[in-house]
Amino acid sequence: MYSKGLVPLAAASVVTITTAFALVFFYAPLDADQGFVQKIFYIHVPMAIVALCGFVAGGWFAIRHLRSGERSWDMRSYVAIHLSIILGLAVLVTGAIWAKASWGHWWLWDEPVLVSFLVVFLLYCVYYPLRFSIEDPDRQARYSSVFAITAGAFVPLNFIAVRLAEKYTHPRVLSQTGGSMPGEMRLTFLVALLGVALLFVTLWKLELTAKHASMQLKRLRNRARVAA
Amino acid sequence: MGGARAILRKDLLIELRTRESVPAMVLFSVTVYVLFHFGLDRDSLDGALASGVLWVTLLLAAVIGVSRLFAAEREQGGIDGLLLAPVDRTSLFVAKAAALFLFLSAVELVAVPAFALLLLGPGLGGALPELLVILVLANVGVAAVGALVAALAAETRARELIVPLLLLPLLVPLLIACAQATEPLMRQDAGPEDLGRWLGLLSLYDVVFVLLSVAVFDFLLED
Repeated sequence: MYSKGLVPLAAASVVTITTAFALVFFYAPLDADQGFVQKIFYIHVPMAIVALCGFVAGGWFAIRHLRSGERSWDMRSYVAIHLSIILGLAVLVTGAIWAKASWGHWWLWDEPVLVSFLVVFLLYCVYYPLRFSIEDPDRQARYSSVFAITAGAFVPLNFIAVRLAEKYTHPRVLSQTGGSMPGEMRLTFLVALLGVALLFVTLWKLELTAKHASMQLKRLRNRARVAA
Repeated sequence: MGGARAILRKDLLIELRTRESVPAMVLFSVTVYVLFHFGLDRDSLDGALASGVLWVTLLLAAVIGVSRLFAAEREQGGIDGLLLAPVDRTSLFVAKAAALFLFLSAVELVAVPAFALLLLGPGLGGALPELLVILVLANVGVAAVGALVAALAAETRARELIVPLLLLPLLVPLLIACAQATEPLMRQDAGPEDLGRWLGLLSLYDVVFVLLSVAVFDFLLED
């Protein structure tokens, strides 16, 4: 059911990510100020973008679930949020490494993107205790969906608020994706973004397939027990 | 709306007779002021520190109110009666949010003067109208988010855990707006500054969460 196209997807993500790494190390120019450390940008920023998109996608699947009442949408939402939280942890770690290397501090409170991301990450971490402290499966799906929608709407609001609260303006690397990034860097960044996005979709499908398979196995076992 | 009024009346009556939430929240706020006095080792605060201490205290006190919001229904089993009654979920949400709004206002009626008395360096006199607007807008936001979080946590096993963990991150944008708007009012040369921007953010927060809570509340507290 979920496994359709999984193999080509996996192959595509391997190829894209390998290409992205090759581009990062052999093609993209060294950054004039930050030197080699800046290359963490090609993994940090794509992961952050994909994680945020994953959170929003989780909210979107949750809306579909509440509208249709089908449990499979809740499963899609759960797996998307689950993977995004894992990516989010990686984003915070790579962000801290980058901040230490280029600004000399592990954490900077006046970097709005970093701070917003931490708040969003802390909020989504509550998804697990909320989801797994509800036993009734239908209610679990419904309450998780309500959480996913609320948190999904919270993400942009939080980014606006934290950005308004910043006092100093740091050189913001995200704005480089718009205009000032040289062509080689932009190409490398876009390939890396595509690679991480493909990896996310592949893992998402894989996890859904595994969950679906184990549920089917449980159902078959129950049926076998009843027959016996 | 008749249903909402009846539920609100019931909640206010229960609070008047048992006096559980509001006195606890007031007591908690004053205790936290004492903690801040010793923790910061300061006799009087002003500016950013004062507005930060005030708002963190008020929002932590709100956590108590939110976790007690469905307490009567849960402990006495009244939730079944409430769900069986011919009242739609939106009325229930409006009633619970209104109750929380009134509780918070009652707490602030005591907690804000107590803060001015105990910790605030410069007087509050001149900036009172601005502070009132900020408090009302903040209470609307906390009431909407709080009613939603209370309903989300009501059916979980780890309720006492879920409410603060879920509520506090959701309140971060509200805290930013409130603390930033209040900070210039609590300086020595008090006067509003950038007030429109922060009131705008507060209003945006209120609108988003009131609409969102009304939209998703139908799916909570079913069965």
